[in-house]
Amino acid sequence: MIDLVAPPVLLGPLLPTLLVLGAGALVLLLDLLPGAQGKEFFGAVALAGIVGALLATLTRWGKPGRAFHDMVVLDNFALFVNVVVCYAAALVLLLSVGYLRRTRAESGEYYALVLFATAGMMLLAAAGDLVVLFLALELMSLSLYVLAGLFTQALASSEASMKYFILGAFASSFMLYGIALMYGATGTTNLDRIAAAAAGRSHDPLFVIGMGLLLVGFGFKTSSVPFHMWAPDVYQGAPTSVTALIATGSKAAAFAALIRVLVVALRGAQPDWTALLWVVAALTMTVGNVAAIAQSNLKRMLAYSSIAHAGYMLVGLVAGGMGGAGAVLFYLLTYTFTTAGAFGVLTLCERARAEAVEVGDYAGLAERHPVLASALALFLLSLIGVPPLAGFMGKFYVFGAAVRAGYPWLTVVAVLNSALAAYYYLRVVVYMYMREPEGAPIAYAPSFAGALALAVALVGIVALGIVPAPFVDLAQAAVAPLVR
Amino acid sequence: MRLTAVTFLPAVGALVLLLVPRRVVSVFKVGGLVVTLVTLLLSVPLYVGFDGRVGDFQFEEIRPWMPSFGISYRLGVDGISLLLVLLTTFLTPVALASAWHAIEDRWKEFVVTMLILETGMLGVFVSLDLFLFYVFWEAMLIPMYFVIGVWGGANRIYAAIKFVLYTMVGSVLMLVAILMLYAQHGAATGTYTFDLLTLTRWVVPPGLAQDLMFLAFALAFAIKVPLFPFHTWLPDAHVEAPTAGSVILAGVLLKMGTYGFLRFCLPLFPDASLVFGPLMVALAVIGIVYGAWVSIVQPDMKKLVAYSSVSHLGFVMLGIFTLTPQGLVGGVLQMVNHGLSTGALFLLVGMIYERRHTRLIADFGGLWSVVPAFSALFLVVVLSSLGLPGLNGFVGEFLVLVGAFQTNPWLAALATSGIIFAAVYLLWLYQRVIFGAVTHEANRGLRDLSPREWALLAPIVVLIVWIGVYPTAFTGKTEATIEALIAQVQAKANVQRISLGPPTVAPGLRTPME
Repeated sequence: MIDLVAPPVLLGPLLPTLLVLGAGALVLLLDLLPGAQGKEFFGAVALAGIVGALLATLTRWGKPGRAFHDMVVLDNFALFVNVVVCYAAALVLLLSVGYLRRTRAESGEYYALVLFATAGMMLLAAAGDLVVLFLALELMSLSLYVLAGLFTQALASSEASMKYFILGAFASSFMLYGIALMYGATGTTNLDRIAAAAAGRSHDPLFVIGMGLLLVGFGFKTSSVPFHMWAPDVYQGAPTSVTALIATGSKAAAFAALIRVLVVALRGAQPDWTALLWVVAALTMTVGNVAAIAQSNLKRMLAYSSIAHAGYMLVGLVAGGMGGAGAVLFYLLTYTFTTAGAFGVLTLCERARAEAVEVGDYAGLAERHPVLASALALFLLSLIGVPPLAGFMGKFYVFGAAVRAGYPWLTVVAVLNSALAAYYYLRVVVYMYMREPEGAPIAYAPSFAGALALAVALVGIVALGIVPAPFVDLAQAAVAPLVR
Repeated sequence: MRLTAVTFLPAVGALVLLLVPRRVVSVFKVGGLVVTLVTLLLSVPLYVGFDGRVGDFQFEEIRPWMPSFGISYRLGVDGISLLLVLLTTFLTPVALASAWHAIEDRWKEFVVTMLILETGMLGVFVSLDLFLFYVFWEAMLIPMYFVIGVWGGANRIYAAIKFVLYTMVGSVLMLVAILMLYAQHGAATGTYTFDLLTLTRWVVPPGLAQDLMFLAFALAFAIKVPLFPFHTWLPDAHVEAPTAGSVILAGVLLKMGTYGFLRFCLPLFPDASLVFGPLMVALAVIGIVYGAWVSIVQPDMKKLVAYSSVSHLGFVMLGIFTLTPQGLVGGVLQMVNHGLSTGALFLLVGMIYERRHTRLIADFGGLWSVVPAFSALFLVVVLSSLGLPGLNGFVGEFLVLVGAFQTNPWLAALATSGIIFAAVYLLWLYQRVIFGAVTHEANRGLRDLSPREWALLAPIVVLIVWIGVYPTAFTGKTEATIEALIAQVQAKANVQRISLGPPTVAPGLRTPME
């Protein structure tokens, strides 16, 4: 007789993720009930799930936990990312209520899918094993593919969904192949054990090819050049609230997973991936910014801008160490607050009964809606990196880490790029403040939830800009155990 | 707390005014003026209380801000920044009052922008932490961008974007240099800090790294000054900006560039300053002569004044890089002088533009018989700008040239020709606009100065005469600081020379005046 010993099941480290998943399942169930509840009610349930996850995250701070044979690692790093992701999801939910009503796309699945995607993002940050990492990535991506195609009547939305799905599936299969090769080279999929197995033989061809394929997959998810092609079309075609989630939450989660894989599993191969990322970072920033200059559609412009920001974050990864990784983590926080806010303004504006997404639509916004215009202006200034806003502090820490680690020339490329970026962000400001509207004026679709979301984002970018120190210190402390 | 109060009072005023509904325009007009005048009153005790015999920073404040990165909130003024702080608090109310009728719409936004701008400018002059300095330096760009872009002339958007992009390219490279300095100092001493005084005490190892850092700082400042050949944003920005913007731009913003050379380039990178000093002097002299020549042929009064700034700021740069006490004191004084006389010139051009809606010299002539008071004040300002003895411009230019003749007589002689050309373009301008017969019927009915306009110009004219007759009131506050600065540069350059090889007296450095 063999005694079957059930492995210990510790659900504690999964609690935040489970809360989000549970809320998602609840929304799906409630949607089946015949009846009276308005769709706003689903929004409230979803928001409650996110807030619960946020609280669970905060209570676990400083108490790292591992579960399922180290497959899930809920350390401070994962918790920090959870906060970023939950913030992004909460903001998107607040913005969605009014936006979906206006676009007549309300549905229970929407909220459920947002929650599933969020759960995927949270799990991604906590993945201690390549298999879990892949599962989480797929949970997040599949939900987002569907969300991108939410506007079933709009051709662009379907195109976005299709493109995102096909290219995303390609990237996932590259990644899966990379994981398989990695397993072949080291005999394990656990991040810690990969590092131990690879120590001293980081030039094993299997290992090197596996690493390359893994990085291709991450390149896609973080929209780094040359795997960025999907971003503009998807950002433009997807519903704006979904675009906000793709641009913030999914990017933050993908970067978090990338950081963990690089500094834990691929520790031994650091010189190799540093050299590779140096080039990718320089290309990503430059291609993103140069292409953004030519855009007149704001969602497309923000897509290229998010590519450029991925480049800045890669600079922090090149810098490496606690300084670099901590700076990237802080950057994710500032970037999420800023970008979510900018997309938030877009969801609240309409012109001639359609979404206002062309830069020309925003002409004269400052005259008609001065508060909204100043909010968007502040978000754009933060994206440029004008002090004392959050975006500046994020860049400052990343660039500081890069210079300290001995990469002044990459930093020069980065700062010249941010000067270049000022041109296209400020063009929007020019339209809002310095031009007169032509044709139908832009309208503001009032929404209490939306206004609340913008207020939170505004307070965030100002607070992170003026008192960044506590948050930076937290980010540094969160990556410290990883870097060792 | 005094410096914090002076610096942030305008910003606090801006936040309060933001809460007032935008319909009540007079609240913003009066409110803005009151806030800036109170700021001016608060800054006067700084002048009175400043001990000119000591070259150290005074009224210091220090508080930790981001301790884990060695960033602190540290303020202080010395004899150089004191004068620039006063210039700023003096010119901002003047600029606001000049806009009384010139700005027609969006007064709320205008006043708020100008107040934030004032806080940014003051912050640049009082920061003693490189990070804090950079925050103010960059933050101040945006309000100026709005002033030009929203309230400017026909081609305002182009000018505003050009202004921002030019300045930003320079300043982001400076950020990299700041970070490099931080990293190098930290690696060498073990203390990572952005504190300016700690960093100045450290001797940056001479060589390529120091040269590159110097060049990055110098580029940011040279664009701001603007030093030839980085001046092309200036005519656009000045011409398109509203009068209030031009006054601030010429009066204060350009001084940030020259101030930056004094505060950062010389003490932090003495070795590179000596290496590149001749280049800077050469560019300054080219700017003096070139700016003057281009001014002569301008058909537009405002553009003429704009190009004359290139020439005048060339004198400041020449004075600084002579590295002699006379040259530096003259340079600092000339910063103030240029702020006053060019500010006043922009005001006068603005006043005549409000009446006639043209700035072309050819549209005027014979104004003396129509607007005698305007013409008389115009004359005083023109004479001050071209350096007539007895008025302020003469003192500054004279000291600069004394310094320059000690180091390089030939370049100094060339620079002196700039004064002659200044007389040409200014007097010729005056002659064509004021003298002769009235050539355009539209000019016959012009009103003379209103009481408000008198109130704007009178204090400037008083200062112009005061500095001209008794410059010690101002140079007395500066001299000790300048001597300390020169001693510091000399000492550090010597240390480097001893560590590198046989000690020789640096060619650019002469002993201070007895």
